[in-house]
Amino acid sequence: MEQNNNNIQEKAYKPLDYKNDQPVRWCPGCGDHAVLNVLLKSMSHLGIPPEKTAVISGIGCSSRLPYYTHTYAFHTIHGRGGAVATGFKTANPEMTVWQVSGDGDCLAIGGNHFIHEVRRNINVNLLLLNNRIYGLTKGQFSPTSARGFKSKSSPYGTVEDPFIPAELTFGARGTFFARSLDVELNISQEVMMEAAKHKGCSVVEILQNCMIFNNGIHSYITDRENRPDRTIHLVHGEKMIFGKDMNRGIVQDGFGLKAVTIGEDGYTIDDVLVHDAHCESSFVHQMLAMMDGTDLPVALGVIRAVDAPTYETAVAEQVEEAKAKHGFTCLHDVIMSGDTWQVE
Amino acid sequence: MAEKAKVQFRQSIVVRFSGDSGDGMQLAGNIFSNVSAGLGDRISTFPDYPAEVRAPQGSLGGVSGFQVHIGHGVHTPGDECDVLVAMNPAALKQNARFLRKGGAAIVDIDTFTQAGLDKALYTTDDPYEELNLKAQVIEAPITTMVKEALKDTGMDLKSQLKCRNMFALGLVCWLFNRPMEAPLKFLKAKFAEKPDVYAANELVVKGGYNYGHNIHATVSTYRIQSDDVRPGTYTDVSGNKATAWGLIMASEMSGRPLFLGSYPITPATDILHELAKRRDLGVKAIQMEDEIGGICSAIGASFAGHLAVTTTSGPGLALKSEALGLAVMAELPLVLVDVQRGGPSTGLPTKTEQTDLNQALYGRSGESPLVVLAAASPTDCFKMAFQAARIAIEHMTPVILLTDAFIANGSSAWRIPEEGEYPAIKPNYVPASLKESWTPFMRNALGIRYWAIPGTPGLEHVVGGLEKDYNQGVISNDPINHAHMVETRRMKVANIANYIPELKLKGDTGADTIILGWGSTYGHILDAVTRLNDEGIRIAMTHIRYINPLPKNTAELLSRFKTVIVAELNNGQLANYLQSKIPNLNICHINKVQGQPFLVQEIVDGVKNIMMEEEF
Repeated sequence: MEQNNNNIQEKAYKPLDYKNDQPVRWCPGCGDHAVLNVLLKSMSHLGIPPEKTAVISGIGCSSRLPYYTHTYAFHTIHGRGGAVATGFKTANPEMTVWQVSGDGDCLAIGGNHFIHEVRRNINVNLLLLNNRIYGLTKGQFSPTSARGFKSKSSPYGTVEDPFIPAELTFGARGTFFARSLDVELNISQEVMMEAAKHKGCSVVEILQNCMIFNNGIHSYITDRENRPDRTIHLVHGEKMIFGKDMNRGIVQDGFGLKAVTIGEDGYTIDDVLVHDAHCESSFVHQMLAMMDGTDLPVALGVIRAVDAPTYETAVAEQVEEAKAKHGFTCLHDVIMSGDTWQVE
Repeated sequence: MAEKAKVQFRQSIVVRFSGDSGDGMQLAGNIFSNVSAGLGDRISTFPDYPAEVRAPQGSLGGVSGFQVHIGHGVHTPGDECDVLVAMNPAALKQNARFLRKGGAAIVDIDTFTQAGLDKALYTTDDPYEELNLKAQVIEAPITTMVKEALKDTGMDLKSQLKCRNMFALGLVCWLFNRPMEAPLKFLKAKFAEKPDVYAANELVVKGGYNYGHNIHATVSTYRIQSDDVRPGTYTDVSGNKATAWGLIMASEMSGRPLFLGSYPITPATDILHELAKRRDLGVKAIQMEDEIGGICSAIGASFAGHLAVTTTSGPGLALKSEALGLAVMAELPLVLVDVQRGGPSTGLPTKTEQTDLNQALYGRSGESPLVVLAAASPTDCFKMAFQAARIAIEHMTPVILLTDAFIANGSSAWRIPEEGEYPAIKPNYVPASLKESWTPFMRNALGIRYWAIPGTPGLEHVVGGLEKDYNQGVISNDPINHAHMVETRRMKVANIANYIPELKLKGDTGADTIILGWGSTYGHILDAVTRLNDEGIRIAMTHIRYINPLPKNTAELLSRFKTVIVAELNNGQLANYLQSKIPNLNICHINKVQGQPFLVQEIVDGVKNIMMEEEF
């Protein structure tokens, strides 16, 4: 550990040490419940004390999450959680910062802060809960709704293409991208833990269900019978294998990827790609992240995690260098180093 | 020949440098100001430059100016200049109106070709006649002489011509009897890394100086008496730099590290520049992706326990208003500096106005009171930035500090404060005795929320934009609680009146009429009142730096006068505010919305007109 911010240590914290006494007010069956529980569990496993943990959000259903935590938590304004988190983490790099956002908060009104937060590589763990709908305002399409999606504000269907959060992250030169489903508790915990350990802006997309306004939007991949064939759990250094019988694999196909059955059409286990999340180039990561569950399974797990300087550390280093170089101890020293004159 | 020179002893003189925006007029003016300040003069400067970085060369739109007032009793950059330097016909045309009758214009006669006159849209071939110039004109062949001075340096023509400003500087230095070494010292420091550039500039400055010497017989020379000022160590400071330094001082006196989240905007950006340099003092100044990012990162830093600041101008304040509401609601300390410029919209980005007062006072959703202060001069920016930070930290509230382009870019000699001159700032931390029972919106006896610094065990809490329960600090939609919280936030800000200085009277305090202003108009109003009192016209003055809340003697003091004249660079924003707070006042207005500071004479005339009308 070259930094003391993500002070990963073995200490006996329980999930409830990070939960306050406020009743959770999401709708029954909302995917956000699972995300909160996994987050609390991840925090306890990480062992970072509650007073060293911050949870910062914008506005939306998912952004209510900070109100249920026993941490230093801040429910800010629509779309601005990323900017507030950037200032907070830059001011105090000792704190572990979780940001909670939704597809509207993060990619519509907060889109500018999102891309710059990713570009700067500020060491924040960003949970992007993607239910492809505005829930708190009762059912309008979001920037991740598919073209043609009908909602209260698009009664004839939308006439615009959606963002794909991974693509946007890589376009903003992101160093970390992971994905999970609200119903995949183990993978969710794994990616949250990995996000916390990653030094930089860790984007974690969680495909999450809105029971009320967009029920079943992800069921094509999340339904129990579909999931094994329509998702793949990527693990760094391991073969890309999936399927009910774990006999399907991802292989290279020209400049693209292809799903094959091992032992058929001449493909063997040796043809199946090994996941390299640490590869500097995001080219393959992007192809993996764009798999949509039709011909190729939706990729879950940590798709990309590469080392790069973090913003808050670079700022702190510049402070130390400038202090050492100029040797000023206070404002008076700075003023006196300029042109001055005496009046008797 | 030299013996025949007329030497005028004047209390103060005003010099205006003007040329193309690429001619380096700001640099020449700045060096001349610094040289004068170094000799003990009081100075006040006013850069007046176009919004375009480089408008077409020689065009009227591309003219950049820098005015400096030096000498004794200097409070403003001066209404008119005694000497105008015009590097081309366009500069002369744009600035001739600022030249006083009997003053001197120095022009680069080499640029007064037919093409140059055409570009500046002269209609005749006699520019002086056309401009009705009642001044002595020194036709200096500056371009020719600069080329001559640099002919052996091997520099290309373009680089040679870039030195023309230094010829003008040398000439003006000679004119005002500044020693040659003084500007060279500044240039040497500026071009320390580029000895070739320094050498060229030195040749040209000396060329200008010597040219002045050679034409001595035809110019009146001014000598300027030094001002008698309080003993101490002085430096020259612009309002933006003073603002940055005042914030650093507040950080040192409060023990809270300084954070700036900002986005470049004219004319506020120099505060970001200065604070970005001050990483060497531990300041974390960051440039964000937009104005909203600037204030939101500052709010994040404030939540983290820093003295957090965001800097902007009018259009940026508009973008920040939702986040300001969040700081009001979360009751976090925050300083927002608005360096006002001409508006609305992009307006006049480089010009000065006081038109953001309404926006600062009222420009948010909901009942969202906050503190509004205004600095009166470049050096006052230091004090008011310190006060803004003190109030924000001690009273847990956002504070808007209003300055403007005039004082932000203008500069004055400033006595450097000595140790102990500024008080300690005491953050309202959660007292140890409350630690067990503390909730996030618990308050002290003055209604001020406590500040719990993240990282402290046992003080984990949630803040946010939703209304909170008065007692428990958790989300509440209760109607009576909301009304109670609205009133609590109002009282918290109103109570700050007990922690700011009272208004003081100046001028003829027994008069029936008082004139007041706020912010940067102080010097002009003071000079006007002095002039009026000298003429036997009875008038008092006061000046408002603390706008919300107002000093607690405001109503009593103003109610003593039959007539209250409010002079401001807008259409009456402070006047309307005062009328709403103190309805019985008989308020008269002097307003100007031209993107320019008042002229002292405009205030004098305005007062006389009002007094005549009031008599009928």
